[in-house]
Amino acid sequence: MTGGRASIWGSTRFRGLVYQVLVVAVVVALGGWLVHNTLVNLEVRGIATGFGFLEREAGFGISENLISYTPADSYARALTVGLLNTLVVSAIGIVLATLLGTVLGVARLSGNWLVGRLASVYVEAVRNVPLLLQLFVWYGVLTALPGARQALHPLPGLYLSNRGLVIPSLDWSQGWLPVLEIPSLVGFNFVGGLTLSPEFAALLAGLTIYTAAFIAEIVRAGILAVPKGQTEAALSLGLSPGQILRLVVLPQALRVIVPPLTSQYLNICKNSPLAIAIGYPDLVAVSNTAINQTGQAVEGVTVVMVVFLALSLALSGLMNWYNKRVALVSR
Amino acid sequence: MAAPIVELCDVNKWFGAFHVLKDITLEVAKGEKVVVCGPSGSGKSTMIRCINRLEEHQSGRIVVDGVELADDIKAIDAVRRRVGMVFQSFNLFPHLTVLENLTLAPVRVAGMAPRDAEATAMALLERVRIPEQAGKFPGQLSGGQQQRVAIARALCLKPAVMLFDEPTSALDPEMVGEVLDVMSGLAAEGMTMICVTHEMGFARAVADTMVFMDEGRIVEIAPPARFFDHPANERTKRFLGKIIGH
Repeated sequence: MTGGRASIWGSTRFRGLVYQVLVVAVVVALGGWLVHNTLVNLEVRGIATGFGFLEREAGFGISENLISYTPADSYARALTVGLLNTLVVSAIGIVLATLLGTVLGVARLSGNWLVGRLASVYVEAVRNVPLLLQLFVWYGVLTALPGARQALHPLPGLYLSNRGLVIPSLDWSQGWLPVLEIPSLVGFNFVGGLTLSPEFAALLAGLTIYTAAFIAEIVRAGILAVPKGQTEAALSLGLSPGQILRLVVLPQALRVIVPPLTSQYLNICKNSPLAIAIGYPDLVAVSNTAINQTGQAVEGVTVVMVVFLALSLALSGLMNWYNKRVALVSR
Repeated sequence: MAAPIVELCDVNKWFGAFHVLKDITLEVAKGEKVVVCGPSGSGKSTMIRCINRLEEHQSGRIVVDGVELADDIKAIDAVRRRVGMVFQSFNLFPHLTVLENLTLAPVRVAGMAPRDAEATAMALLERVRIPEQAGKFPGQLSGGQQQRVAIARALCLKPAVMLFDEPTSALDPEMVGEVLDVMSGLAAEGMTMICVTHEMGFARAVADTMVFMDEGRIVEIAPPARFFDHPANERTKRFLGKIIGH
């Protein structure tokens, strides 16, 4: 080597390696200490570790279940019921928030002054108030509704009462094609249709309305990012404003919209445990009960963490795949 | 000459307080090629953008193919179908293939059957000499190719008038020729054309009428021979001296 003494410390590659080894050592030491500490404390309190408790009888009821469930079922089944409740409210929330958010985002850019202002007021009011507070409001509103016999009946087949929201449902049991079942009030209760509990309806309304405000801003930014020349070219070809939005602007806005939209979808999933505040039995609420009864906090929290991690990774994987599909082709 | 296909009469336009078009009066006959030139900010682009209502004029009359442009959606739609426009920055739809760019308006606006629209589109791509690029996306083409696709797209609805807004200004010098060739071919076929351009060679060869604008006014209208060799107006002389001098 020409210029002076060759020191191994002078090698950036060697230094990089040393730092990486140090970081790994620190992380492993910290993890080991945490595990050791937990095990010691569990032993002191006489709590057995492991997931064996999942097979035991849960012994508590769950107010809403998509699959059959009784208190005699296992903790594993109880947690599955909670997970399904989380998935249902998140999935429907994602669909509704996307629809509402897109409409609001477009409305905010409307040439109509009143429509634009109203959308702005919605966005500013909703996204600046904590979601938890909004959930209490919706729950308060839904439970303060009149009883079944005086139910609000704004649209045919739609009933709003303190028992929740009754909507038409599809009956698949009649054969290949589903039959639309319109609910009706008979005596003191509703017959037919699907009843959404006040808890579910409040959580869904809260998540949808709150997240739609953020999605509206994302959609607005996406539309503004499409060059004005695109609209002009479409206008000069005689396309109508609605066609321009649908065929030219929104498809291009998507590539700007999709990445931040993914975060909003993840937010809906991760905000769904606020359900616990209004008594909707989601995964976190159910696992809380399980932890209280068994003392298996580490395992219970681990289950919830793993589930949410898997859910989030699956969702962002799906959105990344979609984003690649809508990306523009260029040289 | 027959009745004008485009007629501007005492057209005035303001951007806020800025008076961008001042008493513009211009008649373009069917089949006439008009080249508009002038310094930047003189209102050339604004004038031709008024002809398909991308800009709204505030006073005066604009009549295109017998339809007066006013605050009437039907009239505006009718005019836009009769007028094709080519932009400086191409403005192809980047999320659609070349073929889809060309069939969008025929299918969605004119209600043409997709198969017929594709046949028309392919014929137009032959005409601008890039049929082999039909399946590609605009981002995969060179600037010159993109602008030729844009010309084909503007021709898809069989317009009576073509507007060109500085169609070669955003191109690399070596690609200017291929676009001008396509435009010359179009002119030879008898298309009515209004071109804002600084390509004076093209203007001299193709134009029937030269229009010179400055500060929102039409300063001079003349056939190219007289316009280039004996301009009447001082301002025109200075402008031509600057752009042809080197």
